[in-house]
Amino acid sequence: MSEKIIFCKGGGCTAKLGAGVLSHVLDRLPKGTRDNNLLIGYDSRDDAAVYQITDDLAIVQTLDFFPPMVDDPYLFGKIAAANALSDIYAMGGQVKTALNIVCFPENMDLNILGEIMRGGSEKVIEAGGTLAGGHSIADDTVKYGLSVTGTIHPRQIYPNNQGQPGDCLLLTKKLGVGIICTASRIGEASPEAMEEATTSMTMLNKQASQICRDYEIHACTDVTGFGLLGHLHEMLDKRHSAILYSPQIPIMTEALHYADEFFLTAAGQKNRNHMAAHVKFRQIPFAMEEILFDPQTSGGLLIAAAPGQAEELLTALKKEGLPAAIIGQIIPREQTEIHVQ
Amino acid sequence: MEKRLIDARGLACPLPVVNTKKAIGEFKEEGILTVLVDNEIAVQNLKKFAAQKGLAAAGEKKSDTQYQVTIQIPPKPFSTSPTAAPVTPQPDQGQPNQKQPNQDQPDQETCTPDSRKKGMVAILSANMMGNGDAKLGKALMKAFIFALTKQDTLPETIVCYNSGAYLTCQGSDSLEDFKNLEAEGVTIVTCGTCLDFYGIKDRLAVGTITNMYEIVEIMEQATSILRP
Repeated sequence: MSEKIIFCKGGGCTAKLGAGVLSHVLDRLPKGTRDNNLLIGYDSRDDAAVYQITDDLAIVQTLDFFPPMVDDPYLFGKIAAANALSDIYAMGGQVKTALNIVCFPENMDLNILGEIMRGGSEKVIEAGGTLAGGHSIADDTVKYGLSVTGTIHPRQIYPNNQGQPGDCLLLTKKLGVGIICTASRIGEASPEAMEEATTSMTMLNKQASQICRDYEIHACTDVTGFGLLGHLHEMLDKRHSAILYSPQIPIMTEALHYADEFFLTAAGQKNRNHMAAHVKFRQIPFAMEEILFDPQTSGGLLIAAAPGQAEELLTALKKEGLPAAIIGQIIPREQTEIHVQ
Repeated sequence: MEKRLIDARGLACPLPVVNTKKAIGEFKEEGILTVLVDNEIAVQNLKKFAAQKGLAAAGEKKSDTQYQVTIQIPPKPFSTSPTAAPVTPQPDQGQPNQKQPNQDQPDQETCTPDSRKKGMVAILSANMMGNGDAKLGKALMKAFIFALTKQDTLPETIVCYNSGAYLTCQGSDSLEDFKNLEAEGVTIVTCGTCLDFYGIKDRLAVGTITNMYEIVEIMEQATSILRP
């Protein structure tokens, strides 16, 4: 019984441990001797670890796996892989190799596992990487994901917390996939809403990440389990504040409807508990608040771009067909960290 | 006064809220909806939901895996979202109330069994029955509560106050009997001031906490009162 208190039974990034719980544990880990080649590790709360090999080469490492959030195993494989690969893109890296992480019940139809891994490997190929192996264990429930290794130039890393006051905030995917999958789980999501959500979740952040290369961006992260507000909080790094313009935030229409229907997730509420003290909502409807806390599986990139470059970057992202938008701005530190208006 | 109980323990979010929303739509008059859940986050989601609907709700932790949320349902017709400012229309909101009269009738019966007599209230004002030897008094009280569970007609509400508060707390010999009564739909309330006074609020193991206004109201509206 106690397990249910900590773990949400929802799939995808709604299954992520709450940020508050996690930091309690992480803060107490022994750190060991510092290796100066580890450019990005635990202490930065970044999307992936970066380890410098030579003057112009570093490797980016990440892993992500979770229980299914959709019924179709092939789609689940694609989503889980896109989500894991996304951390490499959030750092600005290039995907090189990937290893499968599989938990699968011994007595379940192996064709299902085959479909999951087919979806996953297709995404790795699309990312330009190679599946190099993996590890599987028998477990009560299905879980799938990837451990991914990429490369990056040590001086071209997209940090997740170096945004400057004045920077424009861009988001490259619509919000709302968490609550739509939750509605689907209880049979309340429309096929159109699920279609929109799965299309978004299977889309790689590869294009968005590459396009950013050509512009002056100061910070980049992918929006996943902690929701837009949670990831923005990490980006602001207790040094800056931000304003979000809610009408400009791209959101799946049905997601707002499901929030009004109170299909509220445990993970969304954990995000609210963690973030409530940092956010001030100015006449924001309840449904919109919920979406801003909604955990995203394989969400888009949240980018802090230099003010003079944001419009051009937006145009470039849109040209690639991405539902990107400028959603707010970083401002000098105030008492309230995030204003939503 | 209509009373309903939903046991949403073991259900993952959003089901506790979804089931609660459904149950509220089935209320025919003012009443109290009690929802049992097994984690704090579910309590928070239920309270968030109630706040959006403009309903008063109180959460209470019974143990690490037992939480109870009590939601006050105002008299009909009540607006389901007086405080909410939803960005999308909610066409469903009126519907549960409209289709009520016939189709929800069976549900209503299973939730409020005939064995409860409307307006019958049992007052347990001490942890013993009668004046005299304490040991005997406690044994008599235990027997009284047990006998109550075996009656064809059950009280609608049981009110515990003063040292009667001990009866609904951990360590009481009557917890099983109270839980059986609660399962039959009997509302069990214990005086919060008394729990505080004896320092046993965190040990309450069955029913909900009440206050003097509610106790007076319950007594006023009672058609018969049982006093051991």
